[in-house]
Amino acid sequence: MSTIDPAQAELFSGMAAEWWDRKGSSALLHKVNPVRMQFIRREVAAHFGRDTMVPGWLDGMSCLDVGCGGGILTECLARLGGHVTGIDAAEASIDVAIVHGAGQGLDIDYRLAATDVLVNEGASFDIVTCMEVVEHVSDVPMFLASLTALLKPGGLLVFSTPNRTAMSYGVMIVGAEWILRTLPRGTHDWDRFLTPEEMRRALNRAGLELGHVEGIALDPARGFALSDDMRVNYIGAATRRNED
Amino acid sequence: MDTKTDAILIGGGLVGMVTALALAAFGVRTVVIDAADLEATVAPDFDGRATAIASASWRMFRALGLSDRLTESANPINEIRVTEGLRRAHLHFDGREADGDPLGHMVENRHLRRALIDAGQAESLIDIRAPARTSEIDRAEHGVTVTLDNGDTVRAPLLIGADGRRSRIRDAAGIRIARWQYDQTAIVGMIEHEKSHGDVAFELFYPAGPFAILPMRPGTRSAIVWTVEGDDAKAYLGLPPRALAAEIDKKIGGFLGQITIAATPSSYPLGFHHATAYTASRLALVGDAAHGIHPIAGQGLNMGLRDAAALAEVVGDAVGLGLDIGEAEVLERYSRWRGFDNVAVAASTDILNRFFGLPGKTMSRVRAFGLGAVERAGPLKQFFMSEARGASGDLPQLLRGERP
Repeated sequence: MSTIDPAQAELFSGMAAEWWDRKGSSALLHKVNPVRMQFIRREVAAHFGRDTMVPGWLDGMSCLDVGCGGGILTECLARLGGHVTGIDAAEASIDVAIVHGAGQGLDIDYRLAATDVLVNEGASFDIVTCMEVVEHVSDVPMFLASLTALLKPGGLLVFSTPNRTAMSYGVMIVGAEWILRTLPRGTHDWDRFLTPEEMRRALNRAGLELGHVEGIALDPARGFALSDDMRVNYIGAATRRNED
Repeated sequence: MDTKTDAILIGGGLVGMVTALALAAFGVRTVVIDAADLEATVAPDFDGRATAIASASWRMFRALGLSDRLTESANPINEIRVTEGLRRAHLHFDGREADGDPLGHMVENRHLRRALIDAGQAESLIDIRAPARTSEIDRAEHGVTVTLDNGDTVRAPLLIGADGRRSRIRDAAGIRIARWQYDQTAIVGMIEHEKSHGDVAFELFYPAGPFAILPMRPGTRSAIVWTVEGDDAKAYLGLPPRALAAEIDKKIGGFLGQITIAATPSSYPLGFHHATAYTASRLALVGDAAHGIHPIAGQGLNMGLRDAAALAEVVGDAVGLGLDIGEAEVLERYSRWRGFDNVAVAASTDILNRFFGLPGKTMSRVRAFGLGAVERAGPLKQFFMSEARGASGDLPQLLRGERP
C-alpha cells in the first residue's frame, strides 16, 4: 500500500515547472542542496570507507532518491558516478526531471512510483536518499519500513526533514511560506514534523539505527551550512540495525 | 571532433593559464583556447614587461609546482622602501621581519609565460588549443558549446573568460564595464646599474606618480615603472638612450650608481576598469576581463591570480559535490568572494594614487608625515604589508600554499 498523500502530491505537481528556476519557489532547495551533498559525501566516506576527494566518488554504487522532485539532488548523485534511480509521486515533477536530466546528458532512471512498487519488484540499493519526504507521507512507520526493505545489507540511508520546534514553525511556515514566499503556502504541515528523537525511535521500529545527525542552519555569513543547530531542519544517516 | 570537458577557458595568457592549472589541482579538466600561437608570446619582443608576484601568489605558484620552473629567473623582493620622492622619511617593509618569506618575486613576463605554457602542456587535465579561433560560442540552458573554425566542437558546463581587458566574451554576454583613464602614462623598461639592488624594491612617489624600481636578476638589473603625466611619456621616449638614462638617474638620485638602459622602454596609458558583473549564465570572468587597475602597487596581475585561486576552489568544491558547475549557486560564490576584494584593492590603489598625486609643498609634507606615521604605527604597517603580499582577506586554499 502506498504511503503517498494525494493532496501533497498534487501540491508538488503544481510547482513542478519551477523546480529548476533558481529565482522562483525552488530557490531555497538549490541553496540547501550543496549542504545535503556535503553531508552525503562525509557519510559515504565514513560508512563505505571511500575516498570521496576524487571525482566520481560514487562510481558503481546504486542509489535511489525517494521523492526526487525535479531531480536537484538526483542529478548530483549521477554526476558523481552513481547508478541512480529517482522516484516521485508527482507526475509533473517526474516529467520535469526526465527532461532536465536528458538535457544535462545524465543517465538517470526516473519513475513515477511509490517506494512499495520498488519493494514489490525486489529492488535494493547501496544508498537511499530521502530529502524532505518523511513529513509529507501519510504513514511514517510503513514508509520507513519500505526504505529499510530497499536498502541492501550494509547500505546507507540519508534523510533530511524539518524539526518540530517553535523556531521551525517561525522559519518554515511563517517565514518561508507566508512572508518570503520562497515556498508555496501549504507545502508544510507543522504538526507532521518529527523531532530527531521521534525520528530515531521511528527508524528503530523500522529496523534502522540512526547514526550521525546534523542541523542545517542559516549562517548569516556563509548561507546554509551543516551545524549543531537542529532547531529548523536536520539531516541524518541510518543503517540497518544489528549490522556493522 | 567533439570534446566534452569540465570548463572551456578562452585566453591562455598569464591569468588564464594559472586558472587552468589551479582547476587541474582540484581535478577539474579544462580546454584552453587562444587565438595566438603561444610560442610567439614568449619571444623577447612580445612582452618586455616584468611582473611582481606577491608572496601569497608565490605560495600558490609553489603549490602548483610553478615556482620550481622559475628558480633561475625569479628575483626575490626582500624589502620594499617607499619614499616621498627622494626625501628621507620612508616606509620600510621587510619580509624577513615577519615570517622569513620574501614579500614577492620579480619575474620577466616572458619567463612567466614560458613556465606556464610548459606546465600547461605537462598537465594531463589541460587541453590547449592554440592557435585556434572560435567561430561560435553558445551558452545554452544545459551547457556551453564552443565551435572552432576548424569545425571542432568543445562542450562543457562552464565557460571562463580570460581574454583580457577587451574581452569579447564579456561583451558578448552583455556585461558592461566602468572605466576611466588617468591622465598618466607608465613608462616601463629595464635598467642596468652599477651597484647591487640588494633584493630591495623602491617605490618613490612623485607628484606626477610613482617611480618604482624593482629588483631583477642578476643583482645589477632592475625593472622600472615610471609614471609620468599624459604627454610627457612621448617626450621621454623620444630621447636618445643616454639622455633618457640621465633623466632616470635624476629620479633615482644616484644610489644605484651609474645607470644604462637595458631594453628600449615602452609606455602604457594608465586606467581603471571594472566589470559590472563577474559572472553571467554559465560564464565566469577572471583577470583583466573582469577588472584592471592602475599598477601603482603592482596589484593588477595578483588580483587576477586571486581570481584564479578562488574560482578553482569554488568549482573544485562544486565538482566534489556533484553540482552543475555552470549554475548560479556556484558562480555566485565566486562573484561574492572576488567582487568585494577586487573593489577594495582597486579603491585603495586609486586613493593612494590620488593622495600622492596632489601637488604642493604642504601636501608633500603631509605625505612625508603620513609615511612616517604609518612606519611608526605597527598595525597599520602590518595592514599595508599584508595588502602588498596579497595576503589580506579570506584567502583561497591555493593562496595559503595548500594543494587540495
